[in-house]
Amino acid sequence: MFKLWATIIKDFHILTRDRVGLTLMFVMPILLVVIITSIQASTFDLVNDNKVPLLLCNKDKGEASVQLVQAIRKIGMFALTEVPATLDEKQLADQMTDKDALLAITIPGDFSTKIKEKAKNISDRALNDFGLSEQAAKAKPDAMEPLALYYHPVLQESYRASIQGALRSALQLVESKQILQTLYFAINEKQLPAALENDIINDQVAINEIPVSKDGSRRIPNATQHNIPAWTIFGMFFIVISLGSNIVREKLSGSFVRLKTLPTNYLVALFSKQVIYLGVSMAQVVVIFSIGVWLFPLIGLPKLNLPSDLFGLLVVSLICGWCAVSYAICVGVFAQTQEQANGFGAVSIVILAAIGGILVPSFAMPASFQWLMKLSPLHWGLESYYKLFLEGGQLGDGLMNILPLLGITLLIQLIAISALKQKNLI
Amino acid sequence: MEKLAVHIENLRFRYPGQSNMCIANLNLKVADGERFGLFGPNGAGKTTLMHLMTGLLSFDEGSIRLLGQEVKHHPMAMKKLFGFVPQDFSFYHELSPVENLAFFGAWAGLRKQEIRTRTIELLEVLGLTDVRDKQVGTFSGGMKRRVNLAIGVIHKPRILFLDEPTVGVDVQTRHAIIHYLKVLNHNGTTLIYTSHQLGEAEELCEKVALIDEGEIIIHEFLHKLPSLQHENGLEGLFLNLTGKAFRDL
Repeated sequence: MFKLWATIIKDFHILTRDRVGLTLMFVMPILLVVIITSIQASTFDLVNDNKVPLLLCNKDKGEASVQLVQAIRKIGMFALTEVPATLDEKQLADQMTDKDALLAITIPGDFSTKIKEKAKNISDRALNDFGLSEQAAKAKPDAMEPLALYYHPVLQESYRASIQGALRSALQLVESKQILQTLYFAINEKQLPAALENDIINDQVAINEIPVSKDGSRRIPNATQHNIPAWTIFGMFFIVISLGSNIVREKLSGSFVRLKTLPTNYLVALFSKQVIYLGVSMAQVVVIFSIGVWLFPLIGLPKLNLPSDLFGLLVVSLICGWCAVSYAICVGVFAQTQEQANGFGAVSIVILAAIGGILVPSFAMPASFQWLMKLSPLHWGLESYYKLFLEGGQLGDGLMNILPLLGITLLIQLIAISALKQKNLI
Repeated sequence: MEKLAVHIENLRFRYPGQSNMCIANLNLKVADGERFGLFGPNGAGKTTLMHLMTGLLSFDEGSIRLLGQEVKHHPMAMKKLFGFVPQDFSFYHELSPVENLAFFGAWAGLRKQEIRTRTIELLEVLGLTDVRDKQVGTFSGGMKRRVNLAIGVIHKPRILFLDEPTVGVDVQTRHAIIHYLKVLNHNGTTLIYTSHQLGEAEELCEKVALIDEGEIIIHEFLHKLPSLQHENGLEGLFLNLTGKAFRDL
């Protein structure tokens, strides 16, 4: 026991004097957490809270275009600015730049006329089908000039799709209103009453958004809840830079030769490194989670809400940390030089993070990559954390994620120890 | 009957993947309490033999006994008997002499109090007391050599293997190291020493062996070597027996 204690003290001294390694292990994940969360939080704000600046160039003078403008305003997603109808495409693009608008719409000059024609046509066909009119309806109305939607290139496809969906619903509203009014007039020979029109068109069934959680807390997930666990795991696995090169340095230095001539098994050294670096990974967890809880609200970011099962959080963190340390030891055992350990260690962690859902959400991965994801210990660690942080689950709920993580950890340990045996190092 | 510190019989060794024998049917006896020097040109097999005796390399043919015990059969027990001072600096540069001695002392099997006492003794004898808490990485070559030696002897080994313990040091440090090794030997430690400093060997060793191409070509008490009667000394004998051609090409 004294040998282990002396080794732990030695490793602690070496660790505390490795300033570069400490910086990488603590400052890097903290910076990543703060930067990525800030970016994602501002993206959420842009989508959820802020209105998207939209220029509207209405070349039509009819009623339908007015209704369309009202419908767009009603969506609540856009900060709408009307620009002169005389603007051409190039002038509109200049206006977008001047007014920092991400979007612009041009309503064509014959919009209202065409909408009315379309409504009349559909109404006539409907009355014909009901046998209420002898008047022959045109099979297909004349083609309508489309609305032009100009967008800034920074807007991503998914975001443009949601904007287009919102505009389509506004357009649908205008078209439906016209058809309804035309049809009602044709049957009753009087205008559709406003109250009835409102009941038919506007009184839709509400959609209530409810976040699902096992503990029933119904906390709304935010960028912090997603990012802090993800980048904490990433930081834990980045221990490979310090620990992997530490092992290689020891192997290459004369001290390793001396250790092999002393009556103590090298497994003691490996165990000590695991204790020390597991301590480091737990310190990372405490520091990064504390930043999420206390610092984030002070800098305008959403606060990290710790899960109700704190024991579960401790167990998951310990297993993630142990897996990270085991991986670093394995890299250190196989690497021949510090450059190899650092290079392979860093690149492999980025790859494992990418396929594990840290960099890209796992649901967004192609189906062919889904099986690959299961090979990444970072994936199982992240899923275990999400069970606690996002779903409000208990330790037992995440067992199906924790067990594979534990399995991978034991496998990595086995590989490292076998390699040491094969190299006659233990 | 003479008690032997090292007894090697019919030892054969080749590195994996090599066709030539590095050690070819080698026999050697070193008496307990002796100051023994092992010499030879580069690539002769000195370091390999040192590594075989200390268990850093394992062998299939022959036997090596340290103080009567077979190295192969009792690897852990053997390691308590000897100390090793490798040619390379074998310690942690980030640690101080005290921290290095505390760690290696524990791994050598000493208790906390023993480590403390030996640390004070060794730092004093080797002139390191004033820098006991400074990181070894900042030390001069001579100071590092002394730290290297201190770690090798912290557990008072019965046999001490020294692989070029004075390489790259100044006259003062060499003198201090040689003096301390003689003191150790006087207190009962057998010294097994390799070096290219043949003058130093004449000063330290009682008995020498010359190894070349994995074989012992001479093994004798220093004072019985005829060439020492002439002005060329051990170096003259060395060149006579191994030739003047470069050996590390």
